[in-house]
Amino acid sequence: MKVQFSDVSMRFGAMEVLQHVTLGAEEGEFLCILGPSGCGKSTLLNIAGGFLAPSSGSVTIDGEPVTAPDRRRIFVFQERGVFPWLTVEGNIGFGLFDMSAGDRQARVSQYIDLVGLRGFEKSYPRELSGGMKQRVEVARALAVNPDVLFLDEPFGALDSITRLQMRSELLRIWRAERKTVLFVTHDIEESVQLADRVVVMSARPGKIRRVVDIDIPHPRDLSSRRYIELRDLIFGEIGLAHQV
Amino acid sequence: MKTHPRDTEHAEKALSAPSVPLWFQRFMLPLTTAAIILILWSIAVRASGTKIFPTPAAVAKAITTLAEKSLLWHYIADSLTRVFAGYTAAIAVGIPLGFLLGWYAPLARSINPLIQMLRPISPLAWMPLAVIWFGVSNAAPTFLIFLASLFPIIVAAMNGVRNVPPMYIQAGRNFGLTTPQLMTRVMIPAVLPRIIVGLRLAFGIAWVVLVAAEMIAVDSGLGYLIIDARNAGKRYDLVVAGMLMIGLIGLLLDTGIRKIEQWISD
Repeated sequence: MKVQFSDVSMRFGAMEVLQHVTLGAEEGEFLCILGPSGCGKSTLLNIAGGFLAPSSGSVTIDGEPVTAPDRRRIFVFQERGVFPWLTVEGNIGFGLFDMSAGDRQARVSQYIDLVGLRGFEKSYPRELSGGMKQRVEVARALAVNPDVLFLDEPFGALDSITRLQMRSELLRIWRAERKTVLFVTHDIEESVQLADRVVVMSARPGKIRRVVDIDIPHPRDLSSRRYIELRDLIFGEIGLAHQV
Repeated sequence: MKTHPRDTEHAEKALSAPSVPLWFQRFMLPLTTAAIILILWSIAVRASGTKIFPTPAAVAKAITTLAEKSLLWHYIADSLTRVFAGYTAAIAVGIPLGFLLGWYAPLARSINPLIQMLRPISPLAWMPLAVIWFGVSNAAPTFLIFLASLFPIIVAAMNGVRNVPPMYIQAGRNFGLTTPQLMTRVMIPAVLPRIIVGLRLAFGIAWVVLVAAEMIAVDSGLGYLIIDARNAGKRYDLVVAGMLMIGLIGLLLDTGIRKIEQWISD
């Protein structure tokens, strides 16, 4: 297992946030962690990222226990995480400070192309749309060549059309770069569109209710019978009737 | 979300474009107001027959006389030197101190109450002590300027550091920055816009305090010009001339800092 959570529990004071989470992600896997707001899924990701220590249990990556943040595993926030004082180039090159200027330039250029921001190298984040800022953040993370990406509701602040585009962009990039991805979301459709496996969590204290294999090849047909079956399965698992 | 200055400019332009051109609004409107006030002032002085308050013409003449005798330039230079000495000292102390207080919560808990207690004391209240410590010299007003600018700068830096979005710090750590690197590459640029606002605020206070300090602690400068003009022969034309110079220079310096502010936030 690339990323292994072993019996992870977390409490903040009297509040129990995570209960006995045991979960593994394989190398190169796209894993979605799905659950209602406040179920501890972000906490789980922060523990894996080394930003929080669990109250009990442990996380290992490549068999080594996670104790601190590491550039081999980059955390991606909603687009608010881009640095407003740096240009697109400056943001993407942010983590490459130990490279020579020439190498850095080449790497930045490569990722500007990958996320489709050619022509915006010198723009500042405030000149960009939400989706473009999110691309900058993904490129900034990928540029340091991490082997794991943690995405915490990265598209949550985008409008639904941009969100859909960003999902297919992310899948394209993931296929090209083959990173292990842990993607936290509260959006059922999003999880079924993206993931190899969806980890469905309960409301707080967060526990794993079920892990659902999404056995649909990419590109996924969102009106196929299997897609709808899996989506409804998860709707049912979360305890929602699929009606408005 | 803060509106960008250029946006409001565009909006202004769009609203007024067909009828009144922007340059007119920018320059002619304030100039017209100034002209009207000068005329009213002039009329009021003549109509009331006051011997104390000078006419605009008398003030203009006083300014030219002062300028010719080069006394004015010396006084301006002295005032500016004091302000910049006290102000830069306050920056040198206030920004690092504010950063430390913002970064280390226990430090803030131990020192912040003291700062908050000293802050509402007018810097002028320190004047008797300043005169005893430094005598009648440049050091006394400079010290008061230092005190006046110090607290707004500390508070701006401290609040700036505290309000840096945690995800910037998290991202910095994630990319492997050490604490000094985190300071220079994340914290300082993130805090800079707030600090500049604090610097402008501090400068405004410093300039106000300077004039009052110069009325007591020294024998040169714009504040001294005013008090001296009154004491040595009730020259109210010089008093008002001094007031106008103080206002004008204050405006120029504030505009300068605003320009820097805009340039940094751009």
